[in-house]
Amino acid sequence: MPTPTKGPRLGSGPAHERLMLANLATSLFQHGRIKTTEAKAKRLRPYAEKLITLGKRGDLHARRLVLAKIADKSVVHELFTEIGPRFENRDGGYTRITKIGPRKGDNAPMAVIELVEAAPAKVVSTPAEPAEETAAAPEAADQPAEDTTSEQTAQAGETSQAEGETKPEEK
Amino acid sequence: MAVPKRKMSRSNTRTRRSQWKASRPVLVNCPRCRDPKLPHVACPTCGTYNNRQVVTPAS
Repeated sequence: MPTPTKGPRLGSGPAHERLMLANLATSLFQHGRIKTTEAKAKRLRPYAEKLITLGKRGDLHARRLVLAKIADKSVVHELFTEIGPRFENRDGGYTRITKIGPRKGDNAPMAVIELVEAAPAKVVSTPAEPAEETAAAPEAADQPAEDTTSEQTAQAGETSQAEGETKPEEK
Repeated sequence: MAVPKRKMSRSNTRTRRSQWKASRPVLVNCPRCRDPKLPHVACPTCGTYNNRQVVTPAS
């Protein structure tokens, strides 16, 4: 006899439930943290963590298993290139659920579900750019180097500003 | 179909309804801002849980 899924059933049918979980997981990987109801967050946690485990494995078979569930290819790419390596040193427990009390309107208990190591990823992405600069600078030494370096520094400045803008939103 | 045989007296109705009670919510004090909040739930006043900022508090 198959073991029933832990937690409540979602939606109005099995197909609806599959779509809802896939959409929730897509949003979670896109944004790093999402606000949803407690019941959905509790169903999403094992679903998303199994996908992250596949993202850590990183081979073609794992990628096809994920693509069978998540339709958005850019999100799958992000899962395999950024989210998977981020959780290299963590065995499970990739997401965190924090309850935030009942929703106004229908009093549904709400929760925030987030990827545990969401914040360090942005810090990791910024040192990668100077490394690219140093790698690209010797190659571009023959060509007008000043323009490229100034452009790259400008890009770095823009990204740092963008991060400065995003961080208050998280708080 | 089964139907009531007699009219229910006001007394019986009111006795039944006397058990409709609202329960007082269990509250604890937020470790950060000392405001009352639900246990195991992020504080709605300062938006923190376990000294981590979870949500932007509704001002």
